[in-house]
Amino acid sequence: MSQLDLRGLVKRYGAVTALGGADLAVPGGTLTAVLGPSGCGKTTLLRCVAGFERLDAGEISVDGRVVAGPGTHTPPERRHVVTVPQEGALFPHLSVRDNVAYGLTREERRSGRAEEVLDLVGLAGYGDRMPHHLSGGQQQRVAVARALAPRPSVILLDEPFSALDAGLRADLRRDVRAALRADKATGILVTHDQNEALSVADQVAVMRDGRVLQSGPPVELYREPADPWVAAFVGEAVFLPATGLDLLTPLGPVAADRIPGGTGELTVMVRPEQIVLTEGPGVSATVTGHDFHGHDATVALLLADGTRVTARVPGHAVPVAAGSAVSVRVEGACRVWRGGHLDR
Amino acid sequence: MRTRTRRPLLLALSVVTVAVALVPVAYLTVRTAEAGWARIAEEVLTVRTARLAVLTVGLAAVVTAACTVLGVASAFLVVRTDLPGRRLFAVLAALPLAVPTYIAAFAWRSSVDGFEGFWAAALVLTLCSYPYVFLPVAAALVNADPSQQEVSRSLGRSAWRTFTGVTLRQIRPAYAGGALLVALYVLSDFGAVSIVRADTFTRAVFVAFDLGFDRTGALVLSTVLVVLTMLVLAGETVTRRRGARYAHLGGTRRTAARQRLGRARWPAAAALAVLAGLALGVTALSLGLRMLQGVSRPGAWAEVAAAMGNSLWLSLAGAALTMALALPLGLLTAKAPGPVATVLDRLAYVSHALPGVVIGLSLVSFGVTLAYPLYQTTWLLALGYAALFLPLALAAVAGAAAQAPPVLEDVARSLGRGPVAVLRTVTLPLVLPGIGAGAALVFLTCMKELPATLLLRPTGVDTLATELWTHTTVAAYAAAAPYAALLVLLSSVPAWLLTARTGILTAETSR
Repeated sequence: MSQLDLRGLVKRYGAVTALGGADLAVPGGTLTAVLGPSGCGKTTLLRCVAGFERLDAGEISVDGRVVAGPGTHTPPERRHVVTVPQEGALFPHLSVRDNVAYGLTREERRSGRAEEVLDLVGLAGYGDRMPHHLSGGQQQRVAVARALAPRPSVILLDEPFSALDAGLRADLRRDVRAALRADKATGILVTHDQNEALSVADQVAVMRDGRVLQSGPPVELYREPADPWVAAFVGEAVFLPATGLDLLTPLGPVAADRIPGGTGELTVMVRPEQIVLTEGPGVSATVTGHDFHGHDATVALLLADGTRVTARVPGHAVPVAAGSAVSVRVEGACRVWRGGHLDR
Repeated sequence: MRTRTRRPLLLALSVVTVAVALVPVAYLTVRTAEAGWARIAEEVLTVRTARLAVLTVGLAAVVTAACTVLGVASAFLVVRTDLPGRRLFAVLAALPLAVPTYIAAFAWRSSVDGFEGFWAAALVLTLCSYPYVFLPVAAALVNADPSQQEVSRSLGRSAWRTFTGVTLRQIRPAYAGGALLVALYVLSDFGAVSIVRADTFTRAVFVAFDLGFDRTGALVLSTVLVVLTMLVLAGETVTRRRGARYAHLGGTRRTAARQRLGRARWPAAAALAVLAGLALGVTALSLGLRMLQGVSRPGAWAEVAAAMGNSLWLSLAGAALTMALALPLGLLTAKAPGPVATVLDRLAYVSHALPGVVIGLSLVSFGVTLAYPLYQTTWLLALGYAALFLPLALAAVAGAAAQAPPVLEDVARSLGRGPVAVLRTVTLPLVLPGIGAGAALVFLTCMKELPATLLLRPTGVDTLATELWTHTTVAAYAAAAPYAALLVLLSSVPAWLLTARTGILTAETSR
């Protein structure tokens, strides 16, 4: 049984529908990233789970207990669901230790739990500091420790890393992930950053317009997106028309694990890193430019039939000068859909 | 997005607050209308009213212009240049706020023979009010993004053209807001203009009423004054709306490099020293000398103590009532914002447009005709203080409520604490200091209030301010001095609070 079950959540604000029947199951001890563009309803989803908003329809159960549903609305303080808001929101009048101990009972405070979770987030010995003496990253660590302290059923993280700069963000992300694992906590991380979702989560749920379009392990989501929109949202994607059972595309024949039945044109989704520049046989293309990123580079290619595609090559492979002719082929399995004009 | 919560109790209490704030203006309107158009025309369309209008508006214009120049110049010198003794000058430029204008007027009048009339009033009001421009401009200069100036210099503009073209534009909301405060203040000032016998509306209203035979005339004159004030306030709203564009665009704040004054360094310091000497030195010296004579009089201290007791009690009642009225409305606008809350909030600020003498006058009439049980009691005066200082208290409550954003309450709830526990452990500890400071500010402001106190105090009850007034009007300067000194001392507390809040003092130490 899942730790957290969301079934058909609906939330409206006047004429605006923020959640239009969202479903999600979060297994115990795992971290689920909820990924979506801004305004897709992901923050509303968190607020409904926390109990700050009342559902218009649907049901939320935590640990098998129904906390929200028709005729039920457990107040936030009795849900065992703790939030970590975007800006941390430490209580400015309390020391770090008192912040962390805020959700603990008297006995738990004496047990040294506060020090334990501060240690987990790498802030052992910071108990006596006041929040305004901490850096932004440290404040977020305290907010996470405060959420972990009462061993809640679920921790909700609302874009907690978005206000930090890139280097700090990666470190903090990794440490928070480790702290959650060490404490066997169950969490939901709301984010609009694809890399963040794919790299830290056990499960990724993609939301759009108040619904969860697809949820699953990051690898599955990236390789087997449910539809072209999800495909393009979780990473860069090249969409090509294909014909025949050998899936002949402007990039030559491609492989697929399965081809959907029925009739209608076939569309193939190729990730840029699947397009390799080769010395051997392949489709000829002209390089029109490249963007160097250090660890890798993207190369813009013009194919013989006029199609433009982007390939991703490792950074050490010297980018080819614009105008030169190369041959390319597609490696690995591609995702295939029926239907011609796809809404990207 | 969050659900809008309904708070019926808060809403009901807020309506009561607004009703209290509107009593004076409603009463004034009704009584003026009752007088009939013929009577109003007869009163308004006179040479005397025209003279009063010209003098009042002229005084407001002269003082506002002088304060703007002095305030902007001293703020720039203190915050952005290598002026010697900057920190000292920052404090000195803010300190005149601690001197009620009627005390400064008294001090000048008692030391300079023939200190009377329009220019005397202009001088006193300028010296007392330029901090209203200095403080916001200094704060704006501390916070303004220096990169705009740097860009201007790097594009080849001189220091002076950068100041006029870039810096002045950056701080425009600050000096415009400050200038309008000065204009409002001059329109409503009663004590200073009366002491130096400058003929303005406030004085005319008081005299017409005090002589007893012309209450309707006083009410009509009050209405004209209120209309003038409303015009100024409308101007203030416009600048405030424009000011929204100047928000700081994120990123870390840097402090600007200081402008080198070169040879002008010492002359600039000397100019500021002269200004401080005129604004503070004359008052301090005069009060000090008079004090020595005043307290030597037998029985003086007993009188001062009695007045002090009355001042404390009346101000306490006023502050308590004001805060009790401000709390529900302030919390409503902070916690359950919406169109209704906004309208109520705006309405509560209407009394901001009423000078103390007008509020006093309309509440006297209100007490005599409609609320006789309140007339001649402490509570009618407390009501007057509430109507006068409600905006001050509301601003304090709103600022305090902002210290406890809803997200903190959400987090506390999710950590397993019930609503009452959250109120006790999170909301109140964060909000109370701000509300306490607001209450203290209202309390001290009540203490130095003069015109409404004169009109509304129960017979025989003398406060520090009214004793000072009584002694000054009969030219008993020495007897007035102890009251003046005590009032200055009390007023310096809110002045200090205001100065500290702008951040100019801390900005100075962190460098």
